[in-house]
Amino acid sequence: MGKLKMEAAVLSQRQLAADIYSLVLKADEIAAQACAGQFISVYTGDGSRLLPRPISLCEIDRAAGTIRLVYRVVGFGTESFSRLKEGDRMDILGPLGNGFMKQQKKAILVGGGIGIPPMLQLAKELDCEKSIVLGYRDELFLNREFEPYGSVYISSEDGMHGVKGNVIDAIKEYGICGDILYACGPVPMLRGVKAYAAEHDISCQISMEEKMACGIGACLACVCQTTEVDGHSQVHNKRICKDGPVFDAGEVDL
Amino acid sequence: MEQPVNTSVTIAGVTLKNPVTVASGTFGSGMEYSEFVDLNKLGAVTTKGVANVPWPGNPTPRIAEIHGGMMNAIGLQNPGIDMFIRRDIPFLKEFDTKIIVNVCGKSTEDYIDVVEKLSDTDADLLEINVSCPNVKEGGIAFGQNPKALYDITKAVKAVAKQPIIMKLSPNVTDITEMAKAAEAAGTDAVSLINTITGMKIDVNRRTFAVANKTAGVSGPAIHPIAVRMVYQTAHAVKVPVIGMGGIATTEDALEMIMAGATAVAVGTANFYNPYATSMIIDGIEEYMKKHGITDIRQLIGCVK
Repeated sequence: MGKLKMEAAVLSQRQLAADIYSLVLKADEIAAQACAGQFISVYTGDGSRLLPRPISLCEIDRAAGTIRLVYRVVGFGTESFSRLKEGDRMDILGPLGNGFMKQQKKAILVGGGIGIPPMLQLAKELDCEKSIVLGYRDELFLNREFEPYGSVYISSEDGMHGVKGNVIDAIKEYGICGDILYACGPVPMLRGVKAYAAEHDISCQISMEEKMACGIGACLACVCQTTEVDGHSQVHNKRICKDGPVFDAGEVDL
Repeated sequence: MEQPVNTSVTIAGVTLKNPVTVASGTFGSGMEYSEFVDLNKLGAVTTKGVANVPWPGNPTPRIAEIHGGMMNAIGLQNPGIDMFIRRDIPFLKEFDTKIIVNVCGKSTEDYIDVVEKLSDTDADLLEINVSCPNVKEGGIAFGQNPKALYDITKAVKAVAKQPIIMKLSPNVTDITEMAKAAEAAGTDAVSLINTITGMKIDVNRRTFAVANKTAGVSGPAIHPIAVRMVYQTAHAVKVPVIGMGGIATTEDALEMIMAGATAVAVGTANFYNPYATSMIIDGIEEYMKKHGITDIRQLIGCVK
């Protein structure tokens, strides 16, 4: 079937925290093919705001034909998404990018801020022992939903929840160990995670983000610097939308 | 019975089954879009600019959104001509569409190198990019001075085996002067417009929205500017004009054709509507049937 642009119906929307929203969409064709770590392009429906917003898939329910997006309101586009209600429709394109390469070995899942949502679908798909480390600035969201899938550890910058500090502080504080690390979050966090994985000699997959125009690998807007020459342009620029968003941490210069 | 309509147009002896192609850089070499659009349907595919060697392009962020469009400073990231000839041309050759290769360079020698290497390939037309606002050397430097444009056109034309299309910049005082210089030097066609240089500031980060500081503005917001320039150019030169700049709908494409464009290119619209080219091709045919136009040539430049 492959990726497609479609109109999806909003099944529900609720606010999880300040500026954090959870949106469930009916999108059979996308749900049928998608996997953890992939994303979709979401269109604003406003004729003057044309570019799609890339948003990761938080949950995929193939049986129900639904996908769930958990996103932060950061500007005009996401603000307009937050106003959608049950029965409204929105244009989406997907599924896009490559998801996590799941390996059935003792895993550490690390999510930071708005990088937390895609880790939920991954936690559901991985059938192995899991430690789940979630880093927040302040207010918690989604943390309870991870509990059925593994041991959940929390860090927060303000120290109100879990370990005061970042996800690496939490990993050290709780003595969390594993044989593979999967991570999504801001670049400074990914840098820390990559260094931690290298130090402990375990494999590590990270999910990246960047401003995108096409979302399918044509415009070359969303490149990241890579250690190896990329297949597309023969330089050191892999396309986050097409070659990623999930990369082996060793591939990417952060 | 509905009368059949003829949508084919000819540019420098190359016949396109319909006047719709894509703007360079918005469609790759068609691979990514072939998942959405039947490339056989397009009049031509115009590729992303290719240089003599791979170019890494600019730092990120490379794009920003604006009202009714976007800005980009990709910086012509490309795999270089050797890989392009091995991979991209054979891919496009599988389809029943014409191949327009966009050529970029930093010096006259760079352009000549690429054009010579393309001479034994299946490329049908060469579009010479002398108007990219996002690379520091070459590019637009050749496209903002009539004498420099004349010289590069002459140099490229002397070695090109395929007909050439000089792609013009809107970032000039009078685009017709540039078109005339290219025509005088022997270009077979001109295409316009490339993006319009702009700047956007991210007030939250208190820095430039695009790392390159300046970036090329594209999308529906620039369409009226492009229509005006196509109209002026079509009246200033005899060579065919390929019109582009913010075409997102059938109406936009028809405006450009009526202003004098022999063919049109869909650009930024591909990014937010991957089916845009296909919809516009169908739309043009529907318009012709509805209005009893049997040949697209009746529409080219019909608004005087």
